[in-house]
Amino acid sequence: MQINLTVNGEPASAEAEPRTLLVHFLRDALRLTGTHWGCDTSNCGACVVLVDGEPVKSCTMLAAMADGHEVRTVEGLAHGAELDPVQQGFIEEHGLQCGFCTPGMMLTARALLDANPNPTDEEIKVAISGQICRCTGYKNIVAAVRWAAEHPQEVTA
Amino acid sequence: MQVPAPFEYARASSIDEALELLERLGPEARLVAGGHSLLPMMKLRLATPEHLIDINPLADELGYIREDGGDVRIGALTRHREILESDLLARRFPIVRDAEELIADPPVRNRGTIGGALCQADPSEDLSAVTAALGGVAVIRGGGGERVVEMEDFHQGPYETAVGDAEMLVEVRIPIRAHGGSAYEKVKRRTGDWATAAAGVALWLDGSDVAAAGIALSAVNPKNLRSTRAEDALVGRPPSEEAFAEAAALAAEDCEPIGDLRGPADYKRHLARELTHRALRRAAERALAS
Amino acid sequence: MAVADERPIGFGRLKRKEDPRFVRGQGNYVDDVNLPGMLHGAALRSPLAHARIVSVDTSAAQQHPKVRAVITGKDLEGLGLAWMPTLSADTQAVLATDKVRFQGQEVAFVVADDHYAARDALELIDVEYEPLPVVHDAHRALDPDAPVIRDDKEGQDSNHIFDWEAGDEGETDRVFEDADVVVVTQDVPFQRVHPAPLETCGSVADMNPVTGKLRLWCTTQAPHAHRTLYALVAGLPEHKIQVIAPDIGGGFGNKVPIYPGYVCSIVGSILTGKPVKWMEDRTENLTSTGFARDYLMSGRIAADRDGRIRALRVDVLADHGAFNATAQPTKYPAGFFHIFTGSYDLEAAYCTVKGVYTNKAPGGVAYRCSFRVTEAAYIVERMVDLLADELEIDPAELRLANFIRSDQFPYTTKTGWEYDSGDYHATMREAMRIAGYDELRREQAEKRARGEYMGIGVSFFTETVGAGPRAKMDIAGLGMADGAELRVHPTGKAVLRISVKTQGQGHETTFAQIVAEELGIPPEDVEVVHGDTDQTPFGLGTYGSRSTPVSGGATAMVARKVRERARQVAAAALEVAPDDLEWEKGRWFVKGDPEKGQTIQELALASHGALELPEGVEGHLDAVAVYDPPNLTYPCGAYICVVDVDPGTGEIKLRRFVAVDDCGVRINPMVVEGQIHGGLAEGVGIALMQQIAFDDQGNCLSGSFMDYLVPSSMEVPDWELGETVTPSPHHPFGAKGVGESANVGSPPAVVNAVVDALEPFGVRHVDMPVTPARVWQAMHPTDFVGGHRQG
Repeated sequence: MQINLTVNGEPASAEAEPRTLLVHFLRDALRLTGTHWGCDTSNCGACVVLVDGEPVKSCTMLAAMADGHEVRTVEGLAHGAELDPVQQGFIEEHGLQCGFCTPGMMLTARALLDANPNPTDEEIKVAISGQICRCTGYKNIVAAVRWAAEHPQEVTA
Repeated sequence: MQVPAPFEYARASSIDEALELLERLGPEARLVAGGHSLLPMMKLRLATPEHLIDINPLADELGYIREDGGDVRIGALTRHREILESDLLARRFPIVRDAEELIADPPVRNRGTIGGALCQADPSEDLSAVTAALGGVAVIRGGGGERVVEMEDFHQGPYETAVGDAEMLVEVRIPIRAHGGSAYEKVKRRTGDWATAAAGVALWLDGSDVAAAGIALSAVNPKNLRSTRAEDALVGRPPSEEAFAEAAALAAEDCEPIGDLRGPADYKRHLARELTHRALRRAAERALAS
Repeated sequence: MAVADERPIGFGRLKRKEDPRFVRGQGNYVDDVNLPGMLHGAALRSPLAHARIVSVDTSAAQQHPKVRAVITGKDLEGLGLAWMPTLSADTQAVLATDKVRFQGQEVAFVVADDHYAARDALELIDVEYEPLPVVHDAHRALDPDAPVIRDDKEGQDSNHIFDWEAGDEGETDRVFEDADVVVVTQDVPFQRVHPAPLETCGSVADMNPVTGKLRLWCTTQAPHAHRTLYALVAGLPEHKIQVIAPDIGGGFGNKVPIYPGYVCSIVGSILTGKPVKWMEDRTENLTSTGFARDYLMSGRIAADRDGRIRALRVDVLADHGAFNATAQPTKYPAGFFHIFTGSYDLEAAYCTVKGVYTNKAPGGVAYRCSFRVTEAAYIVERMVDLLADELEIDPAELRLANFIRSDQFPYTTKTGWEYDSGDYHATMREAMRIAGYDELRREQAEKRARGEYMGIGVSFFTETVGAGPRAKMDIAGLGMADGAELRVHPTGKAVLRISVKTQGQGHETTFAQIVAEELGIPPEDVEVVHGDTDQTPFGLGTYGSRSTPVSGGATAMVARKVRERARQVAAAALEVAPDDLEWEKGRWFVKGDPEKGQTIQELALASHGALELPEGVEGHLDAVAVYDPPNLTYPCGAYICVVDVDPGTGEIKLRRFVAVDDCGVRINPMVVEGQIHGGLAEGVGIALMQQIAFDDQGNCLSGSFMDYLVPSSMEVPDWELGETVTPSPHHPFGAKGVGESANVGSPPAVVNAVVDALEPFGVRHVDMPVTPARVWQAMHPTDFVGGHRQG
């Protein structure tokens, strides 16, 4: 079937089987490999993307279900050459080590800050509680999000 | 990653269309909304429906939380996140937010629906116990119209509900009664895990005595348990530590937990009592404050 | 702590050079590799833990329109590839031929046009099994009637693998029999766990039939070792094998071994003439790749009544699974376990380790264990706490009274380790200061009086890392020295090629910082190349915290060689004798005439230019070094954990965790702290929630993240870190390595804290994982059926 959706602000279209998961559609059909996967049971959250602005585990959504909707991946976080504050925050605060969970973490952070520009550490921890990191012990991820909250910039969509 | 077996896909843009598709495609067709119960099972190939009927286009029609005719009515496609954030529900039935904060995790709550959770009917599923404790009812629609089923009759066993072929759950209704308080207590091994044991409690007072009670346990019984013996032990007397202890002990007696990696049966039975007691305490505090 | 304005040239807090591509989603992991015509492989695995293979029928799978090849054990037998050597001088089946020996073992391999079709095709393969009795309990593996798992090995008539010992048994017995000592005995198992990096294992094999060159992208922590082993095993010429470890999404030791899937992807590529990608799923990762620990230990500790620890004996039953595939230096079948004497000055010590086969996945050395140091630290720190409890001495005070003193270094332990340096008392006191130890004990007393249960757990560890000296250590016959190559370009920028492979440890930054520290070339001007065996010198890879101690040493050595060459060039340029020159970072200058000098950048240009150089001095500013470390290094640390236990539910709240590490000189404190944070989270997970569990049929019960639990942001406290610095006297810049320290020191701290909390209930020990169910059982001994209950 034909899948038509908006990805990072641009229309995207490709053929896929009905059973194709959104994560595979993004990675294989659209060659956007910044979205990762790490489990079979919807636990790890490495695959988180934003669907209509909300964090969603893209391994637990059919591409067909995203048809007609807006998806934002890590490739759509930066504003041209300029990094989004969450991306800069992860660099500033050593919020990533192997980088595998990072795209999903940053997108969740972006969605959180869009809804709640001044979250507490507890709110940050809850927001990322569905996503596993094996490297950082989470402390610096929370610090990275806090940095982004404290250094907002004019963000053009 | 493990991936689903092939299937045919259809999208329903109205309830009637969904029912018509269910009728036509037969028992090898499943509805999918949030997909966070069904798709994981399909990826592991524990479920291999031949047809999926996507009812997400019904999210506007069936996604609502409102007061109507003495009930709070929740549409079946209301997402967990909306239920968690609902100030109406938090005000009327604090047990709901208690439970939702501990259900799955934020990205899952953005997609999963109350309908999907109730219809999956996992013995450890929380909203079943919540709605049962509150005396809620399920509204099921089929070709012949709508029927209403009490929540404790909605669940008929592990992964089995009262929803028949070519029918779908459309709404959950929770009656509003004065002087009520409710609470949910849950023990789990980790964020996002199913409950090791959980207790949902609602109390309504008449003067200084308990007029009615709902006590429902999760994860300690093949189907969600409302312990009527425990409830009866509370009615007609003031809420007190002694009453809570008695009721909690009865609830624990009435359940049939299974030992597994979360813990042995005797530990779970102990939790059933402990959590029922704690939930009663909090529900009573809230009822007295209301 | 943000590092916004710091740009050290050399050691210091420096933002990572690799981050810009990762935050843009431009990492290049194995599953991101996409080659023209690439096919996809998937493995069929055994549902049974022990069974004879009666028949394998692949005909239906072969007829699937998208299937390009189906490989069975029989096919591989014909190629001499059905079995491969392990890193422990054993063999492991690539695809099963006669029997399957653990649930999840590879039985067949499908190659198809796409991943979904490959998965579908697996369901079309029909395997008939004849079940055999299962050995699921290591304690039963040596029973006379136990089925022999490795009947494929000639002369193997039991499930015994090895016996190993260290220390002095006679001397240790003598101390235990001394009439005045107190002896405490305890079983202290370390459960089977799994590193579970977020990226699973996988490979893309591309055998070019025309050039005969095999390119293998692979999630490997040791690309050169893999290349050499493929050459030895498969008979492929080593110069025609290129192993490329691109970005790796976490390793933690899980990505050291060669897995059957890699071999199958290579065979698949040879058979089809196309690239073949194989990425395992999470269940495959948890149930078939290298697990960690599974050491069933018993400890006996002896001390005088006044608290002087005299002797320690540990006996271990080691469950190695169906194949002995542990990765550690060959002379050490139990790794470095004989560091179990820990940080204490003992009179006598002795250990035995008996390795056995069971019908479970192979492995054992992984998950930041530093070659079994995690097991050793766990038991000694539990035994010391048990002793403290018995003698009614505060556990911190007991440790302080028994530590090796700073004036005793270098210190040779009773099992032969030569600890290089340390000031254990200072490290311990720093942790106690940060924690507010005395205040915590006061709070605990007050809370106990009110029926609230908080626990304070102390652990102190000494690790041995950075393998290792060639004379003593090899893995599969390959020595553990590491190489480094440095070239400085005419414009003063540099490229450093190293043999280790980061999986998140920040080598692209930290190794550039080593060059910066030695040469004064800014880190952003140093390109670090690693992971590609065609582009880098030989080395044994990253694990055992060895990158900084060994490869970092090689980098310092090679930079110093370049510096010396630069001195020669400077002497020629400035027309002075080399000895008349002095170095300040980035520059050689004339002694007594500091204005007269040349920067390293100027010298780079000069060395490539027309300047006449004296005889014997080569042009260019390049050098190669191989560093054979004279010894291992010995980082240490003091950890203090505070927990609150809910007596009604058994739930544990981790309130605080203080970690003071001494890893010698720190190249980049920001990176070091990150390593510690991550290791602490892993150790906490191990202590409280992780177990690879089996039932009595050998079915793995922990095959997904639904049941193999790793901590989320909600299960970890705010880590509080401190440091002391005792440089390693033998390392080129005094560093010791830190990658695994936090995983070594944290499990005992957590368990000690929980047991401390439960002291009013008479609890002496709780086995890991310390789940709420186990806590509750420990508090209610009449309900506790002892041993290893599920849950």
